[in-house]
Amino acid sequence: MDSALTEDGVLAAADGRRAIGDESTRRRLLGSLVEHPLLDAWLAFPEEGRVTVRTGKVELGQGIRTALAIIAAEELVVSPARIDVARTTTGSTPDEGFTAGSRSIEQSGAAVRQACAHAYRLLRDRAAARLEVSADALVADDGVFTTSNGDTVSYFELAAEGPFDYLVTAPAPLQPAAEHRFIGRGIPRLDLPAKISGAPAYVPDLRLPGMRFARVLRPPRPGATLETATPATVGSADVVRDGSFVAVVAGSEGEAEEAAERLAALLDWRGGMGFPLDAADPSYMAAHVVSSYPIIDGLASDGPAPPDPISHDDAALVLHSRFTKPFLLHGSIGPSAAVALHDGASLTVWSHSQGVGFLGKSLADVLGLDRGAVTVHHLDGAGCYGHNGADDAALDAALVARACQGQPISLRWARADEHRFEPLGPAMVVDLTASLGRDGRVSSWDEDILTYRHNARPLPQATGSRLLASWSLDPPVERSRAAPMLDFEAGGHRNGTPHYELGAMRVVKRDVDDASPLRTSAMRSLGALANVFAIESFMDELASAAGADPVAFRLGHTSDPRARAVIEAAVELAGGLEVPAGDDSVGRGLGFAQYENSMAYVAVVVELEVPARTAQITLRHAWIAADAGEIIDPDGLLNQIEGGFVQAASWTIKEKVELGPDGPSCSDWDSYPILRFSEIPSIHTKLIDRPDCPPVGAGEASCGPAAGAIANALAQATGVRVRDLPFRPEAIRAAFDALD
Amino acid sequence: MPVLYVNDGEHDLEIGSNLPLLWALRDQIGLSSPKYGCGLEQCGACRVLVDGVPVASCRTRCGDVAGRPVATLEALRATAEGHEVIEGLLRANAAQCGYCLPGIAVTLIWLAMRRPVPFDEVVRALDDHLCRCGSHPRILRVARRIFDPDPDAAGDGSRAGHGNGET
Ligand code: FES
Ligand code: FES
Repeated sequence: MDSALTEDGVLAAADGRRAIGDESTRRRLLGSLVEHPLLDAWLAFPEEGRVTVRTGKVELGQGIRTALAIIAAEELVVSPARIDVARTTTGSTPDEGFTAGSRSIEQSGAAVRQACAHAYRLLRDRAAARLEVSADALVADDGVFTTSNGDTVSYFELAAEGPFDYLVTAPAPLQPAAEHRFIGRGIPRLDLPAKISGAPAYVPDLRLPGMRFARVLRPPRPGATLETATPATVGSADVVRDGSFVAVVAGSEGEAEEAAERLAALLDWRGGMGFPLDAADPSYMAAHVVSSYPIIDGLASDGPAPPDPISHDDAALVLHSRFTKPFLLHGSIGPSAAVALHDGASLTVWSHSQGVGFLGKSLADVLGLDRGAVTVHHLDGAGCYGHNGADDAALDAALVARACQGQPISLRWARADEHRFEPLGPAMVVDLTASLGRDGRVSSWDEDILTYRHNARPLPQATGSRLLASWSLDPPVERSRAAPMLDFEAGGHRNGTPHYELGAMRVVKRDVDDASPLRTSAMRSLGALANVFAIESFMDELASAAGADPVAFRLGHTSDPRARAVIEAAVELAGGLEVPAGDDSVGRGLGFAQYENSMAYVAVVVELEVPARTAQITLRHAWIAADAGEIIDPDGLLNQIEGGFVQAASWTIKEKVELGPDGPSCSDWDSYPILRFSEIPSIHTKLIDRPDCPPVGAGEASCGPAAGAIANALAQATGVRVRDLPFRPEAIRAAFDALD
Repeated sequence: MPVLYVNDGEHDLEIGSNLPLLWALRDQIGLSSPKYGCGLEQCGACRVLVDGVPVASCRTRCGDVAGRPVATLEALRATAEGHEVIEGLLRANAAQCGYCLPGIAVTLIWLAMRRPVPFDEVVRALDDHLCRCGSHPRILRVARRIFDPDPDAAGDGSRAGHGNGET
């Protein structure tokens, strides 16, 4: 079904803008049913014994399809094996915007839950009428209602009476928690048998009759153009060219790869614009600030200018520190891919995009097609961790398909292109100044966040486009640059506001855009990584200045019982922050945050070792405590939290995009190393269930606390504070040297 | 024209000797378990066995494996060890996106056929594989159950590292 809302309404939901008051309660209870209230849009009983659940949220490896099946099975009182979660497709599943920001459970989970709860009641009413008993007298089990004298009728017979034709506007009662059979226990992930055993599961595994295979040839630097003619064929491959977009298409992927290598040697690229080599330097970033926003109640306000810095005169002690985070790669293990079929009038695309609705509109705009003529089916991809090359690959495939009408085109990026052309996780600088009163409490907090932009996703634009290849066409489509994010806890100010009670507070976001070819966009946890890393490091610096224990210092600055509970649980799991005596190269540290100051609470304690001789960090243990509200699927939650920890540990210890004159100078896994199996610590996680609190996603919640905990453990182990990510040996050695 | 022996089938293919084995397996033979990740022998996603030894199929030329037995996960998963490894991974939901898993499963099955293998050696072998989702702790727990089923008896059950924590 199509969205009934204006573009703005959909965007507001997709960007996670928080409504307040009654509207907020309604949204919490109904999720995306607020935008899509028609019950029949969410579920159907297509045949005897089967239930189809439709969602606009896509599988990214977070297990959403399984979580939705659990929810639907519980509220419908059927076995999860009866549930099919339909693939998200423009025009036939509810348009729920992007699958991002750990919002799937909150938006789609709530909607599916309520849709199923209503459907259960409507089916029960039909059963009561048919069997001539009161609804209360019916017992449901796995799709069958039974009366006390043994008469039965199945959901599927009842559903055959016709569609519900029902608008959900208010919540229905849910199955009582005490009777839950699946929620809180979980079931095996539905998508993993095919994926783990290597059966076809991902976009590049799709095979259609007559399919051809394509590779794109990217310019050596952004904006470089092809001024000379290209051959029409290379060996058995055809060359597709539009302006400076050039691709090869062949009967097999192997031939396409080989043809791309041969054609690359023949291409004569001219011009283009190099990257600013110092783009991650605080001084460069400060020189390219476009605007500044005070952050008030989590929102970036573009009204009045930010207030003046707080004056810290009366305080016993004023501390200042600056923390930096480099550009990062999403670094999917499977390069971006798409399949496209153009029949002259309409375009069908199979993509692992996080927002098939927006992608379809953006594709239509670039190709000059009617928006209704483009259909995008979601098909799983390798993990993307935010806005990577998925959408760009879809345009690439569509351009080749337009030149090869009637032929399905399977296109995939080469590894080097994934590394060099995906949007980067933005560099950030966080300056913190706080005053410590004589009572050992923080009495003021002044925070200045300098950030590149975090959302260059392909939202349909009034003019221009955000899809990579569109800027190289003849004539080129103008590049639509990312806009600053002002919403609640969005972009660079995500978790920019400390969760602690710290007296007078001023938080300012300074938005950087240098008009260079640099492209930054959403990467897992957005600004929360840099902000929580900075805040948690600085809390330890303040605790140490106050002569206080870091745990007691944090607990002394928060009265939120859920925050206190995860901090205490993680510390207890670890057996405290004391390191075993006698090893002075070992340290322990704590990191904590509530994601977006409104979602999952996570505290992490890390123990690491860093011998002075090598200055190389070895992670030994991690103890994690998490509270994500009501637990739907404990195993899925653990997987997300541990995965978030491991990925953030990799960012923290290893990762940095080095910029060369032609763009990122990393083009493979040797030049951009990530954490490996032998570097993984033991991880112990404790989940705190809150059956009375709404379930929230947790895919990003452990990232910031992981970085904070590692930073604090490093400081304890070495006695020096490293404030610039990543903590590679050279950075640690430099900190040692500065100490001498 | 190299003749490939893949999973006990003989394939007389019209391909060049220089073609990476990965593409012959995917394009010509229609297998989906070997994945393209890097094409550079850096990530392990394309791993298969040739003569019973793990190789990166993205950097192995068809001409060099002509006449030698190639085994992919499609065949390996049907062995006793394949069953044990795949079931172990599935029971533990030991994946997020799952893209790295077929290659990792090939390595674990290959090692399981060679038991006993010290756990440290298993971890070293897994270092040939990259996983971006952070599924390592779970994969390591599955591996420990397969290769080190009684870690306390081995005296190192409580040592640091290698994802051996339980949740
Ligand atoms: S694809 Fe062969 S090792 Fe990465
Ligand atoms: S599970 Fe996604 S890369 Fe390993």
